[in-house]
Amino acid sequence: MAETNILPSGHTRIDHLEMLGISKRFPGVLANDQVDFSVTSGEVHALLGENGAGKTTLMKVLYGMYHPDEGRILLNDQEVSIQSPTDAINNGIGMIHQHFMLVKSLTVAENVALGSKSSREPLTDLHKVSQRIIDLGNIYGLEIDPNAYIWQLSVGQQQRVEIIKALYRGAALLILDEPTAVLTPQEVDEFFVIIREMAKDGHALIFISHKLHEVIDISDRVSVLRDGRKVGTYLTADATKGDLARWMVGRDVEFRPEIEVVERGEARLKIKGISCRSDLGTPGLRDVDLEAYSGEILGIAGVSGNGQRELAEVITGLRDATSGRIELDGEDISDLPPIARTDKLLAYIPEERMKDGMIKDFTIAENLILREYHKRPFSKRGMLNLKAIERHSEKLISNFQIKTPSQDTLAKSLSGGNIQKVVVARELSRQPRVIIAAQPTRGLDVGATEYVRERLLEERKSGTAVVLISEDLDEILALADRIAVIYEGQIMGVVQREDATPEKIGLLMAGVKEGAE
Amino acid sequence: MSKSSQENWLPKLIDTALPVFATAAALLVGAIMLLLLKVNPVEAYKAMWDGAFGSQNALAETLVKATPLLLVGLGICISFRGDVINIGGEGQMIVGAILGTLVGLTLVDWPGWAVIPIAVVAGFIGGAIWGGIPGALKAYFNVNEILSTVMMNAIAVQLMNFLLRGPMIDPSQAALASKIPQTARLLEAFRLPRWVPTRLHLGALIAVVLAVLVYFLLWRTTWGYRIRAVGQNPDASRYAGVKVKNYIVLALVLSGAFAGLAGVMQVYGVNYRMITDGSASGFTGSAGFNGIVAALFGQLHPIGTIPASILFGALLVGANKMQRVVQVPSALITALNGLVVVFVVSSEIWRRRRQKRRMAVAVSEVEGQPPEGYPPDPDHQPEVPA
Repeated sequence: MAETNILPSGHTRIDHLEMLGISKRFPGVLANDQVDFSVTSGEVHALLGENGAGKTTLMKVLYGMYHPDEGRILLNDQEVSIQSPTDAINNGIGMIHQHFMLVKSLTVAENVALGSKSSREPLTDLHKVSQRIIDLGNIYGLEIDPNAYIWQLSVGQQQRVEIIKALYRGAALLILDEPTAVLTPQEVDEFFVIIREMAKDGHALIFISHKLHEVIDISDRVSVLRDGRKVGTYLTADATKGDLARWMVGRDVEFRPEIEVVERGEARLKIKGISCRSDLGTPGLRDVDLEAYSGEILGIAGVSGNGQRELAEVITGLRDATSGRIELDGEDISDLPPIARTDKLLAYIPEERMKDGMIKDFTIAENLILREYHKRPFSKRGMLNLKAIERHSEKLISNFQIKTPSQDTLAKSLSGGNIQKVVVARELSRQPRVIIAAQPTRGLDVGATEYVRERLLEERKSGTAVVLISEDLDEILALADRIAVIYEGQIMGVVQREDATPEKIGLLMAGVKEGAE
Repeated sequence: MSKSSQENWLPKLIDTALPVFATAAALLVGAIMLLLLKVNPVEAYKAMWDGAFGSQNALAETLVKATPLLLVGLGICISFRGDVINIGGEGQMIVGAILGTLVGLTLVDWPGWAVIPIAVVAGFIGGAIWGGIPGALKAYFNVNEILSTVMMNAIAVQLMNFLLRGPMIDPSQAALASKIPQTARLLEAFRLPRWVPTRLHLGALIAVVLAVLVYFLLWRTTWGYRIRAVGQNPDASRYAGVKVKNYIVLALVLSGAFAGLAGVMQVYGVNYRMITDGSASGFTGSAGFNGIVAALFGQLHPIGTIPASILFGALLVGANKMQRVVQVPSALITALNGLVVVFVVSSEIWRRRRQKRRMAVAVSEVEGQPPEGYPPDPDHQPEVPA
């Protein structure tokens, strides 16, 4: 039987898509340099590279958000011109962005219908849309209630809505931009099942990631980008994790840094019976007890939105606890304002560095004194001492390898990795007693990630208590001496490094207590 | 914090000269309007130039007009840097002037060297109160300061009209039927020294000195550091221990105080009495609004606001002269001013884009990769279907 070129969704399949010699130049940098890339029907093609390697730029070219300076795009051997996302959609190309583009106060059906023409303009045809959503859900195993509101859905379900939205619009080729960043290990597994199904049905899938094990798990072929150039395209089956990392970074990479044995000391941070509210007024933390010791990294694992932010904010004083007590080196700090806790050498690497950690229109120098501008030598009787500030920032820029044209550069013009280095430099240079590091490597490239982790390990060695709050389970497993798992504002359990396996932690992250099965 | 790259002086020079080019472009468009009115633009602009800079007296008048613009503009630099939009300069000028005038009319037995400083402080306080009220409303009750400062203008006008027609009215006017709303003249001893024979008074010099002080306040003191930090990122400031609300209030208090000072200077340096035609601009000459434009023109930098204020002062004075010499309707003068504002504000957007681009290039040269999210393709607005 002749192979049909119609997908189960009813749309025409894209047999072969080719990008040839794509170059995209931005002022001062060549984001894509003569990149060739291709994907075929039924294939999951991973696009691997560090942040800034040019993978998102390449995909934005394909999706019509950027116009390439050079290069051609061939769709089923026909040259096409993709001027806008609308063109891309009309050509059967869909993109699932890392940050979902959903209106929370609308239902699934309303979101899917948004931006497509109704069959009976100017009236809506939501019942039709709903039926189609149910049909698509049945075909692809993406069951979802079309009448549910987005805010009622979990992150994993919202991602399904995004996929359905793309399919509804006729996507035969799907670009998935770091789709697993927001999922639990179990959700990732479910997601991969869906991806494989879609590939089997004849879809072409491009999977953007910098997580090596996921690339190995899911992809058929992998293309590696580095500094805007393609290193090569390989059959995934032939590549090892070490190969991929080397291609991606251009040198050998340490995966699980050898953790030096450090004698655990006294408890420096004690949290007893802490509860607080979330921004919505619902319980954010419920009766949390934790202790972090000198010379240890305490990992806090959990799926996004289970109280991690609240925990960090309660400890640092940005959020009021409704009950409980926090002690720093035996001293009760529960009622102190944030600045007083900072002065007692509690350091904070915030999750949203641009919101809580940096002032983006301030210079690097001004940002580096944000915690201590009111103290000598940086100011005397209300007057800033520019000489001292300059010396201080020169020292930190060189000690912490911050890459910046000058200390007068505005923070907002640096890359994420360098901004994080500024935050890390400022917090660690104060020789803190306790560090709260919230998602310290999120969005950073491999080099910057390694750097931040090494610094945290150095702090551990020097006797600081490090609380590492991370949604990246690999990071927690690699660094933490003990792992506390948080679920719906409660600590589900604390696991020693030796006993920690992804499966065990994953179950706790999903709210399943040991022995409860 | 001074070692900026010296090799890129040319783009920086272009940036600095941009407002001048923009002004020239605006006058060019103005020339078309003049031609349509069958007026020779060369003649008209020559009259304008003569009116603003042509003689010692013209120059002095320009500076007299520039003084309140600069003082209000300094306050605007502070509040806008703190992300507080103060549209209440008019009202703050009025209230400052009222308090300052009261001092001069009450302490008639005191010597001038004592009264003038007291009046200046009174004006400073008056403006500070009038700015502080919207500041407190914003900080503690989340009331939009744009609305509240505008409303405070309306209140101030009515207060002025009430006082100048009633309790504070010039006794000689009270006796007459005309009842012009004005106060009695200040004693000669209380008037700010002038550069005779012109009307240029000491206030202009004070304003320039204050501009330097405001620069120091914003960039060399912890107060300024906090005001700017709160303006840029209240979350990070709060965590850094800044009492965000207090600094919102402070930004508006200082902003109002400078406008109040502008009001006092008008009374003690120019008119020697408080006088109005019943509207706010009858007293302020709209300096409370034009000062905002001057500050924006000066890129919200106190030192940059000095030439910006002089330029606008020159436009005001020169346009008057042009109107008299070539006989154009006064509406044209307003239109010319408007054109300058539109062109300069547009050039400012362009300048910012150039600056951002330059910085991004410098950074990517060091980092070897494009900064996150930058730069967007300038020719193409990415359209992301929901």
